[in-house]
Amino acid sequence: MALLDVENLTIEFPTRRGTLRAIDGVSFAIDPGEVLGVVGESGAGKSLTGAAIIGLLEPPGRVAGGRIMLDGKRIDDLSQERMRAIRGRQIGAIFQDPLTTLNPLYSIGRQLVETIQTHLGLSDRDARARAIKWLEDVGIPAARQRIDAYPHEFSGGMRQRVVIALALCAEPRLLIADEPTTALDVSIQAQIIALLKRITREHGTAVMLVTHDMGVIAETADRVAVMYAGRIAEIGPVRDVVKTPAHPYSEGLMGSIPSLEHRVERLRQIDGAMPRLTAIPAGCAFNPRCPAVFDRCRTERPELLPAGATRAACWLHAGGR
Amino acid sequence: MFAFIIARLFQAVPVLLAVAAISFAMFAYVGDPVSQMLGQDYTEAQRIALVKALGLDQPFWVQYGRFVWAALHGEFGLSFRLAKPVGGLILERMPATMELALVAAVLALSVGVPMGVYTGIKRNGLLSRVFMVLSLIGVSLPTFLIGILLILVFAVLLGWLPSFGRGTLVQIGGWSTGLLTLSGLKALILPAVTLGMFQMTLIMRLVRAEMLEVLRSDYIKFARARGLSQRAIHFGHALRNTLVPVITVVGLQLGGLLAFSIVTETVFQWPGMGLLLIQSIAVADIPVMSTYLLLISVLFVTINLVVDLLYYAVDPRLRIGRGGRH
Amino acid sequence: MQALARFLDSDFLYSFRRNPVAVVSALVLAICIGGAVLAPLLAPYNPFDLASLSLMDSFRPPAFIADGDASHVIGTDDQGRDLLSAIMYGTRVSIFVAALAIAFALTLGTAIGLVAGYLGGAVDAVLMRIADVQLTFPAILIALLVDGILRAALPREFHDRMEIWVLIFAIGIARWPQFARTVRGSTLVERGREYVMAAQVIGLSSRRIMTSHILPNVLGPVLVIATLNLGLAVLDEATLSFLGVGLAPTEPSLGTLIRIGNNFLFSGEWWITIFPGVTLAAMVLSINLLGDWLRDALNPRLR
Repeated sequence: MALLDVENLTIEFPTRRGTLRAIDGVSFAIDPGEVLGVVGESGAGKSLTGAAIIGLLEPPGRVAGGRIMLDGKRIDDLSQERMRAIRGRQIGAIFQDPLTTLNPLYSIGRQLVETIQTHLGLSDRDARARAIKWLEDVGIPAARQRIDAYPHEFSGGMRQRVVIALALCAEPRLLIADEPTTALDVSIQAQIIALLKRITREHGTAVMLVTHDMGVIAETADRVAVMYAGRIAEIGPVRDVVKTPAHPYSEGLMGSIPSLEHRVERLRQIDGAMPRLTAIPAGCAFNPRCPAVFDRCRTERPELLPAGATRAACWLHAGGR
Repeated sequence: MFAFIIARLFQAVPVLLAVAAISFAMFAYVGDPVSQMLGQDYTEAQRIALVKALGLDQPFWVQYGRFVWAALHGEFGLSFRLAKPVGGLILERMPATMELALVAAVLALSVGVPMGVYTGIKRNGLLSRVFMVLSLIGVSLPTFLIGILLILVFAVLLGWLPSFGRGTLVQIGGWSTGLLTLSGLKALILPAVTLGMFQMTLIMRLVRAEMLEVLRSDYIKFARARGLSQRAIHFGHALRNTLVPVITVVGLQLGGLLAFSIVTETVFQWPGMGLLLIQSIAVADIPVMSTYLLLISVLFVTINLVVDLLYYAVDPRLRIGRGGRH
Repeated sequence: MQALARFLDSDFLYSFRRNPVAVVSALVLAICIGGAVLAPLLAPYNPFDLASLSLMDSFRPPAFIADGDASHVIGTDDQGRDLLSAIMYGTRVSIFVAALAIAFALTLGTAIGLVAGYLGGAVDAVLMRIADVQLTFPAILIALLVDGILRAALPREFHDRMEIWVLIFAIGIARWPQFARTVRGSTLVERGREYVMAAQVIGLSSRRIMTSHILPNVLGPVLVIATLNLGLAVLDEATLSFLGVGLAPTEPSLGTLIRIGNNFLFSGEWWITIFPGVTLAAMVLSINLLGDWLRDALNPRLR
């Protein structure tokens, strides 16, 4: 059984000029221990999906339809208090900027101990020992001494390591990592990705890795979901999506990655820009930019259709049914 | 820590000297202290003698030096109006003002902070909206009007509380306190509420604004994502982060309390420093005014120093060189 | 026309119309200011016309009370002045003093801020240090002391004649540092812009650059502060007058009227102090509510 099952998720923002649908019928699943990459341009709805799963959508945003299941049990309709017990314990989260994610006024040890005790009910001494172990695990040198240091005493990369320890210290089975390396120096990014890969594998944690960096996905993920304008354009094993993308949008996305293996004259780019939420076209949301567009794309919205090893929301694969 | 205090003290000295210079300039050059003190009938010899006695024939810097020196010894000259040493006059009235300001401050903090936290957390709750409207009324009503309204309701209409004076006092050393008798406490209620009301609403609105700001921050989002309890998030993580700006304003507001006690004391005929100042301004009693200015500056500088120390206690980022990079 | 159409369709106006508190506040403020400005036309009596005053008319309660008098809707004061008229004229005086005081503070503060920000160095350090020191003291205390000093320094008779100007000066002096700080901040930003460098290159004088090039670009925030400070200045005036160091009872402002009324609180003539008090509170409250709304409307993050 899938660890996480998102079915037909829809998220809406009521505004003065009508209701905006930011996420529209998104479905995917994550198996235990699996790493699912979620890619797309900014505004495609990657982070919103993550926020909805941990129950931290910022009002006025709300889940307007669909279900989110953890271990086969519905979690999107739980009370605040029941959901709180799941956050951290079942589902952990890491955010983009390690400089602002840690409370500046408390030592990292205090923040770790607090989290561990909230979920695991350990004594002060045990919680502290566990915290030190976690800091060592994520590669903080001299963890025993540095546990009482404050966030401002660490570099950005070190802080993201602390953040990872904090997100995992109650042993959640799913980690939602929202652009975990975007705010870091390029030289640090690879280290943090390697750390994430190693530590989640060691603990058997499934990961939903949200990023706009295809390179990170290709290196880390088992499967990948490509999002466009609040919908999933294509989902499938990362190898297949990268090598033989089935959706013209994924193809465009892959075409924009420089490759060391093949010499390409120039990197391709997709013409145009993602539509605003107020003006999503009828039919396939990608149709105005699509090089392979035909009539049906402009009137009928495609479901995810099997396309080789992956599934793509594209009428080009309608025949393959 | 120690070096920090010393540095702050050194920054405070020029400010105090500048205020002393203004205060001295008022004392020496505004109005005509000599003719004020001599009254109607005097001889030229008497005048010259007084000028000499007051040292008014000396150059500015000498006079200023003597003024500061005397001030350091608690000598501030004679009040024109009452012909008594100003130091003693103010000292006599200081307990009244201090008790009033402290009780008002405690009231403002103990009500303002919880209300601010509440309205920050339950941003759109009904009670929050009621608090916000009440606070706006509190900010908009001038202190004296609040005092008048309270007198009208609780003294004139209901007759529950006295409308003026300090009630029965108890002398402890040189300090006359109204905190130990029932009538003293009853007399304190209306003035303290009046004086504390403005700061209370201000503190509440500030705490609320800061709470809203902090609750939007990434580290609160991360704390939620870790499943910490609401209580730990609001009171452990959010409130502490709002404290830094709140401490600044509260510090300044304590100074404000002393200033606004002038108004409150006038409304309630409260025999404190503020009432003395108003009576002195009305007849241009310069020595009292200049001494009041000097004294209140010392109080403000002290408050600022305490505020700095509190920062130091609350925000680890200021504690440079402690723990840290091994 | 287009600008007007865009304004009518803007989120700004939309949020104003959708916010009943803002609309009511604007209305109350408009009534207060309108009544004050047009007092000579609208007021039923002229409270300054000593000939029309009669002590026989004094202490008349409001018309809606048992022994009230229909010709004085909200009663009369201790000298037989019609209270409604007195309030209208008093509001006029209060607004006059507050507006001029803020204009003075704005001019002084802007000039000092411009000079400090543009010249920088020691001038800047000294001016801003003064502003900082003054900012540690509450404005009302500064105004009180300035008023007291002037009272002592000016000849008695001259002071009495100039009382209203002394008051304006005292309130203005107490409120300049905030303007200076803001203007200095924006001037520092503007000073680094290309157009200022260009003006320097073509050899314009510092004074010319400050007044005709930088000044127009830093005025925006200044006007916002001025609006917010107007409410505070109204309170300053009322407080000083209430304390008896503001305006004389012969030319009553709202504060003076409240002060007069306060003397009769215990003898049951509550209306003399309550009605001017309510007027003052309503005016300041609506300024604050409008300010609150404006701040939220201009800060989309809070929506």
